[in-house]
Amino acid sequence: MLTLTSPVETAFHRLRAGPKLAALCGATILLFWASTIPPLAVALTAATALTATGGAVFLRHAILLLRPLIPFVVIVALWHLITDDLTQGIVILLRLIIVVMLANLVTMTTRLSDMIDVLTKLARPLRWVLNPATLALAIALTIRFIPTLSDRMGQIRESWRARSPRRPGWRILTPATLAALDDADQVAEALRARGGAG
Amino acid sequence: MERNLTHIALFAALIAVLGLVPRIDLAAGVPITAQSLGIMLCGSVLGAKRGALAVLLFLALVAVGLPLLAGGRGGLGVFAGPSVGFLIGFPIAAFVIGWIVENTSLPVGLAASAASVLGGIAVLYLFGIAGLSVMLGKTWAEATVISFAYLPGDVLKAVLAGFITQGIARMRPGALLSRA
Repeated sequence: MLTLTSPVETAFHRLRAGPKLAALCGATILLFWASTIPPLAVALTAATALTATGGAVFLRHAILLLRPLIPFVVIVALWHLITDDLTQGIVILLRLIIVVMLANLVTMTTRLSDMIDVLTKLARPLRWVLNPATLALAIALTIRFIPTLSDRMGQIRESWRARSPRRPGWRILTPATLAALDDADQVAEALRARGGAG
Repeated sequence: MERNLTHIALFAALIAVLGLVPRIDLAAGVPITAQSLGIMLCGSVLGAKRGALAVLLFLALVAVGLPLLAGGRGGLGVFAGPSVGFLIGFPIAAFVIGWIVENTSLPVGLAASAASVLGGIAVLYLFGIAGLSVMLGKTWAEATVISFAYLPGDVLKAVLAGFITQGIARMRPGALLSRA
């Protein structure tokens, strides 16, 4: 399955996931302290420069990842144009764009397996409620079953089309949910047969 | 034990798959997908605890970089974006929905719809609006106006969650863990 990790190898790919995440947390806290335009403008330039070290393709990909912010940028920009408080609007938008950009940079340069390692490591203090091995198994099961359930949904849609001239609407969601429930029961049995989930 | 684990994992996968269902864009580019319906079903079918855990597992996968949120979004960036309040509200919404379905004696379909309105709209929007107001520097009233773009779709989804839960109760009464 597709992940958001960039196939373009950058210097950031070689850094370890833990320190990268810690740096991201630190940067995010600092950015929420900044409340004037100049430091944020410097930060935006720095974030763009960091991303640009990955090359043109990498930078283009990073900018595309900012697209979901467009409606919010439009709303906030319009709002502050109307209320005549443009400085505040620019501060809010700059901060938002930089924080999202930095977070995406970490995601784009860290492999899924490394991220999952960090996640299970972070869950270690919770050992008495959540066994790390169980968490790893749950993550693996979910990733494995997303394409399976997706295919199942496609089959259900096809069989609807074969029987009805109407478009398959929400009604296919009941059998799709049932498919998830049935798969869950079967996998549970299979796990138990192989010695259980720890 | 195994059964809890696989139900949580499979429903996390179900939320992801429902986010891939073809979407319709409302005005202002607000996407409507079945993803929040998945959150409601986690609560109404799996119950409070398992439902909330399934949603948390789904969010963990989004955070580690899988593009599973509606519209192919994912990664740490979405947790730094304006809709982070809704993401935080998701597991709590599933918990509230599950708790209500578990603790009422109403017919299960009706209970699931009512719970979805309370948990999947009232509780979820509380977190979502708080998030918007912090991230965009707006007052609660202003953030509420922005969130209303999602409301018609979510009301429809709450009703559908009731029908789907009822359908499951009829076809596989034993599988409905929230009422087991």
